[in-house]
Amino acid sequence: MSEIIKVSRRDFIKTGLLVGGGLVLACHIPLGGRAAAATAATTTFAPNAFLRIGTDGSVTVIVNKSEMGQGVYTSLPMLIAEELACDWNKVRVEAAPVAPEYNHAQYGPFMVTGGSSSVRSEWDRLSRAGAAAREMLVAAAAKGWKVEPATCRAENGVVIGPGGKRSGYGSLAARAAKLPVPQEPKLKGLKQRRLLGKAIHRLDSPAKINGTATFGIDVHTSGMLTAVIARPPVFGGTVKSFDPQKALAVPGVKQVVAVPAGVAVVADGFWPAQKGRELLEITWDEGQWAQISTPAMREEYSRLSAMPGLAARHDGDAPTELAKAAHPLQAEYEVPYLAHATMEPLNCFVDLKKDSCLIRTGSQFQTVDRNAAAREAGLKPEQVTLETTFLGGGFGRRACTGSDFVIEAVQVAKAVGKPVKVIRSREDDTRAGYYRPMWYDRIAACLDDKGYPLAWRHTIVGQSIIAGTLFESAMVKGGIDHTSVEGASEISYTIPNLLVDLHTTTNGVPVLWWRSVGHSHNAFVVESFLDELAHSAGLDPYQYRRSLLANHPRHLAVLQMAAEKANWGAKLPAGTGRGIALHESFGSFVAQVAEVSLDASGQVQVHRVVCAIDCGRIVNPDTIAAQMESGIVFGLSAALYGAITLKNGRVEQGNFDTYPLVRMQAAPRVEVHIIPSDEPPGGVGEPGVPPIAPAVANALFAATGARVRSLPLTPEKVTAARGTA
Amino acid sequence: MITFSLNGKKQSVDLSPDTPLLWVLRDHLHLTGTKFGCGEGLCGACTVHIDGRAERSCITPLSEVQGKKVTTIEGIAENHPVKKAWLADEVSQCGYCQPGQIMSAVALMKQKPHPTDADIDGAMSGNLCRCGTYGRIRRAIHTAATGGKGGKRS
Repeated sequence: MSEIIKVSRRDFIKTGLLVGGGLVLACHIPLGGRAAAATAATTTFAPNAFLRIGTDGSVTVIVNKSEMGQGVYTSLPMLIAEELACDWNKVRVEAAPVAPEYNHAQYGPFMVTGGSSSVRSEWDRLSRAGAAAREMLVAAAAKGWKVEPATCRAENGVVIGPGGKRSGYGSLAARAAKLPVPQEPKLKGLKQRRLLGKAIHRLDSPAKINGTATFGIDVHTSGMLTAVIARPPVFGGTVKSFDPQKALAVPGVKQVVAVPAGVAVVADGFWPAQKGRELLEITWDEGQWAQISTPAMREEYSRLSAMPGLAARHDGDAPTELAKAAHPLQAEYEVPYLAHATMEPLNCFVDLKKDSCLIRTGSQFQTVDRNAAAREAGLKPEQVTLETTFLGGGFGRRACTGSDFVIEAVQVAKAVGKPVKVIRSREDDTRAGYYRPMWYDRIAACLDDKGYPLAWRHTIVGQSIIAGTLFESAMVKGGIDHTSVEGASEISYTIPNLLVDLHTTTNGVPVLWWRSVGHSHNAFVVESFLDELAHSAGLDPYQYRRSLLANHPRHLAVLQMAAEKANWGAKLPAGTGRGIALHESFGSFVAQVAEVSLDASGQVQVHRVVCAIDCGRIVNPDTIAAQMESGIVFGLSAALYGAITLKNGRVEQGNFDTYPLVRMQAAPRVEVHIIPSDEPPGGVGEPGVPPIAPAVANALFAATGARVRSLPLTPEKVTAARGTA
Repeated sequence: MITFSLNGKKQSVDLSPDTPLLWVLRDHLHLTGTKFGCGEGLCGACTVHIDGRAERSCITPLSEVQGKKVTTIEGIAENHPVKKAWLADEVSQCGYCQPGQIMSAVALMKQKPHPTDADIDGAMSGNLCRCGTYGRIRRAIHTAATGGKGGKRS
């Protein structure tokens, strides 16, 4: 997700840090033993919306970001704890409720987790929240001892005064709560940091390995029913008529109701609901998208790509230079629709009453989902409570601009009149929409007499994920959705004549951000084509990139680190090749070197990936490593297997047999190297994804001479490309 | 009425015998540590032990566990070497698949206390992880095999 609305620093501090003392809203998300104990503690000191200190010395951090694996329930508390100088072992986490205090610090007036922005956007606000509380605790101790605060210091949850006087935070909490909140708390210097930069264990791990962590799908209340929905087989379809009788005959099925999303079968559990749904007889009105199919769409995209689009970047005059060139290089690249395929299928619990609505779900987009639920329920937003559970994967899918999985659950709750949890089967989750868009790219370049690019023209064709949403006016400028061209329009390589243009298509397929968004496809095209240029010039692809990055030290540093750690240039066994790729996204710089070979069937095998990242100043190095490992495997599933295709308006994939993901035996060894830095923080959740597909495709070329310009890199495409190599 | 042993205690359930064990556990016994991921035995999120073997509860009908011993993630001791290794090697990310991963790993180590990488590939390739924690799972299994002393890193 890109930055939506920037607020001034003054507003940021005003709305961010000092939001009225003592604000604490109840929102208890079970995190296992530690959190349960914390909520029982008496609250006496809550200097801001992000922090409570109990008389028992417990520190509860209220986290306004969704924990979906990226580690925010640890990294954000670390930001507060560093400045608070508390005992880390006493830190507990609570999920924030939906309230303005918890809105995104930079994007706009809503709560959202996305854009690899959690640490980046919360660093200042949470550091100040912790520092302000520390100063108040110190002042409370100093007052009690009748000494100057400057003669006291805070350390590990204790204020230490002259002559070795000591008071724990718990004993100071009540007095601190009566003091004014400092407006400009003093932050620690780099050398005074105790916690940041250390590999601290995740606070959410114990609950996640003993089965007590509560995901949305685990929500249960007495009297609750479970529903599955039969959705139209085609996007935009509607129910014409249906016969519920056979479904109603299934023991456990309570009701069959038509809702705008389709036909819901409501039962006392998932199994009877699913069994009942299989017996429904429904006639659909398939609407206007019943004829769309991937091959025809691809043909249309290819045709468009040969025509000028809206320019997203225009330096010099690439068309003229290309027209003059004797031997321009040209290529067409393409990537398919992709499903997010979170391990936890989408689900949502709704308890709807006459004048209130309680929602429990794993949301990345709380304010948008809450408001959508209110509209659907006919309530005011403040009458709707949304509690965020753990997310069994997000990757953008749970930040749905259309709030589809929340709205449909409210529809069912309205029709049923009882608390209900709607669960999608895996097939529902794969077929019901919201995908990374399919893209088609036409790209051309010509080289100067040294072999470096003189002109580069890149035409991008695909759907906008923002057009038609609440964010269109803020995020689509002059017809260009920046997320369509990000990673292509601001490439850092020195190219004097550069044109990047865009055709935005419309076709009824619901599309959405998918981990790393526009970078997920543009990095593949840019980094693969740059590799083609290097080989065409007879130059080493690593050195070629270095030469084009003269004024980009952070790019150069990660590139060099990855190449060195991967022994770039050292001999590999026959049939094995190395490929390199580099990409900047979400404020971070990542280079990766992949080593690949083919198995007997022509399937690409990735053996080893060396990854170097510069994400600025470091909160938790183990989280950074974990996110790089994660992004690489996530990106590999797309590079090797992932494709959502349509035939007669119907999605052809359903479960993991037709939409495969990387498994243990296909997972490469991954090494992560982090560049030490005190630059402003960059993101880590997404930047590991973009370089892996081009690194692997470039390694495939190095190993076999086959240049595959279409993802996924299937054995069929590899074999075909080898035939023409 | 179907009767079986669940985490060491006798359990009787009066449900349609074709109900998958997964939904018996989750919807009727409220043991939600066992997860639903695919319903087809393709992802391993629902892995439990039946008479000590790792099985996919989403495709195991209730009728099949009559008289058998069922163990779920809730029945694995907190100090089990595999759980300890999962913490030490910081395996979890979103965490949704991890109960299933742990159940597969515990079953593997019962059969092969010192598994090789090939053994791990064989035993663990039925368990998907969308967060890509495979490298850490492998490391944690080696850690567990060496009693937490730090196993073979790969």
